[in-house]
Amino acid sequence: MLSIRNLEAGIDGKPILRGLSLEIGKGEVHAIMGPNGSGKSTLAHILAGRDGYEITGGEVIYEGRNLLEMPTEERAREGVFLAFQYPVEIPGVSNIYLLKAALNAVRKHRGEGELDAMDFLKLVKDRMNLVEMDEQFLYRPVNEGFSGGEKKRNEILQMAVLQPKLGILDETDSGLDIDALRVVANGVNALRGPERSLMLVTHYQRLLDYIVPDYVHVLAGGRIVKSGDRGLALELESRGYGWIEEELREGA
Amino acid sequence: MSAVMEPGEHYRVDFERLCGDLPGARTPWVRRRREAALARFAERGFPTTRDEAWKYTDPGVIARRAFAPAPAAAPVPAPEALEPFRIKGLDCHRLVFLDGRLAPDLSDVGALPPGVVAGGLARTLEEAPDSVEDRLGRYAGDEDNGFAALNTAFLTDGVHLHLPPGAVLDRPVHVLHLSTGAGDGTVVHPRNLVVAGAGSRAVLIETYAGLHEAACLTNVQTEVLLGEGARVEHYKLQQEGDKAFHIADTGVYLPARARYRSHVIDAGGRLVRNEIRVRLDGAGSECVLNGLYLLGARQHVDNHTVIDHLAPEGTSREYYKGVLEGHSRSVFSGKVIVHPGARYTDALQANHNLLLSENAEADIRPQLEIYADDVKCAHGATVGRLDPDALYYLKSRAIDEDAARSLLIYAFANDVLDRLPLEPVRAYLERTLTARLLHGRKVEELI
Ligand SMILES: Nc1ncnc2c1ncn2[C@@H]1O[C@H](COP(=O)(O)OP(=O)(O)OP(=O)(O)O)[C@@H](O)[C@H]1O
Ligand SMILES: [Mg+2]
Repeated sequence: MLSIRNLEAGIDGKPILRGLSLEIGKGEVHAIMGPNGSGKSTLAHILAGRDGYEITGGEVIYEGRNLLEMPTEERAREGVFLAFQYPVEIPGVSNIYLLKAALNAVRKHRGEGELDAMDFLKLVKDRMNLVEMDEQFLYRPVNEGFSGGEKKRNEILQMAVLQPKLGILDETDSGLDIDALRVVANGVNALRGPERSLMLVTHYQRLLDYIVPDYVHVLAGGRIVKSGDRGLALELESRGYGWIEEELREGA
Repeated sequence: MSAVMEPGEHYRVDFERLCGDLPGARTPWVRRRREAALARFAERGFPTTRDEAWKYTDPGVIARRAFAPAPAAAPVPAPEALEPFRIKGLDCHRLVFLDGRLAPDLSDVGALPPGVVAGGLARTLEEAPDSVEDRLGRYAGDEDNGFAALNTAFLTDGVHLHLPPGAVLDRPVHVLHLSTGAGDGTVVHPRNLVVAGAGSRAVLIETYAGLHEAACLTNVQTEVLLGEGARVEHYKLQQEGDKAFHIADTGVYLPARARYRSHVIDAGGRLVRNEIRVRLDGAGSECVLNGLYLLGARQHVDNHTVIDHLAPEGTSREYYKGVLEGHSRSVFSGKVIVHPGARYTDALQANHNLLLSENAEADIRPQLEIYADDVKCAHGATVGRLDPDALYYLKSRAIDEDAARSLLIYAFANDVLDRLPLEPVRAYLERTLTARLLHGRKVEELI
């Protein structure tokens, strides 16, 4: 599904990713953990297609295609979805407009017709139930005045409506209260399936109690420095990141 | 040959030729005012950029041309030609002016409440000049400004709306001012007079438009006199041709508890000036000035507002927004003067601009002068570009660049349309303006 090979990237001449490699297979759930500033969000945005990064080496192959050459909207239409760590507020554009425009763009790309207003509303309401969001949020401007937790829920709602093949969740759990975390996790779990892969960026093992990953990776200094299973997350929780750095030094 | 005349001298020649046929020619006070105004014009000429109020808008392009009065008998356009300016779903009293003169055949005023006048000012000047003698010219622009002087001198026609105290007009009055000129260089001087007696209510919608792309000049003076507690809602949809010059001045008088709301939408014109002066002269009066301008190419639009708070507890709200493309330029000047004694004034002013091109420019000049105590007075102004984060976010949701831009532009402008109380006008503008703004892309496709 996704193959990242020796990716090197930076911004304004400052290197951030330094030879990052990661393979994500169909239906797999990968958790990415790592210290602040290690490059997790940078990786997520490079995959989603944000402008402004300099790619200085390596490649990203998504479903057999060079992902980095695809325009942002085409990546989304081909099934890449990023749930932002900091969702953007868009005054004047209501949530329902955005959902409809996005869904229609995706459907058109897949060769499916536009949903009529009734079916669309039915689908959206169904997905709102999944993330336990109140209907009033449909008619509010995108993310404007939403609380931190509401913004995160809204990201998952969009994902649930668009049904991507690769969902990248950048710290969706940060800022969620305990109940909201469970709700969001349930929503994400409902989207799990053999055709859908997930990349979960998180700082907390707690999320992984709800969304159990197949693999856990540590991203530090712009590279994946250690990979393991669920147990690695538990170990990180109790021991922090220091020991990995030591291991690396010893190995060097 | 005009080359031997002083600049502007041809206006005297035209005046002498025409004055015998202008409305009210047999009424001494009308004649006197015309002559005085012409003398004023001869003395002062057009303003220049040396005048503080015209610093950013150069009337030189108008002053240097010899505009000739539009011929009295305008060619009557086919009814379809008026169709684009009709507001669908609006049940209204309709007046159509062709080249500044009322066209009764194209108008449909319908039934009016007793005592209400909704017709041409020319007719009033011919048939009942005394009814407007002490009102006409009271709140018009200072005739030191050549445009105001020329308008009075050549005053031909315009809407005359008169409401006796307590009268309520249920249906809006829609006035279409249409220039038919196929050639360059003609001028019309519409003169509008709105007198709304105490406690009366009316909605006036004006459309200014041209049938052809011609370098014509429309020089409008509008006076709006409200009685105590009267309410007037005034829309102006400026859709002149892309080569047209449009200079407009509106003077508004508000006594106690009167409310005037203005919505000025600029989509056309090459050089446009909308001056609005409001005097809040009685306690608790209220004015709202909203504006939206959508500019491209080399359009220049100057919204010049002056609000005088002369009495206590007045409220004024100004909210202007603009979207600028190409080499267009906008000027917003918002002068608010809180005079001594105008305690508890509450004045807010905002002007926000969205620049879509490197070459567009928006100038903002807020001027707040406060000479009273216990006053709330604030202004906010911005000049910005499309938010790259918002664009990225939309694109990451499968929406293409073009549609994402359109959606953000639409959202920015729509905020002003949302403030329009009349739904058919809002819908009309949504259709016509967004088509212009979004280059034919229908908003419905996006939303
Ligand atoms: N636009 C930018 N300009 C300059 N530096 C940037 C920019 N974007 C990211 N960086 C830097 O790149 C590094 C990686 O940032 P990134 O946001 O990817 O970290 P992260 O792993 O997501 O951290 P966190 O866990 O705090 O979210 C940081 O040092 C950050 O300051
Ligand atoms: Mg991050």
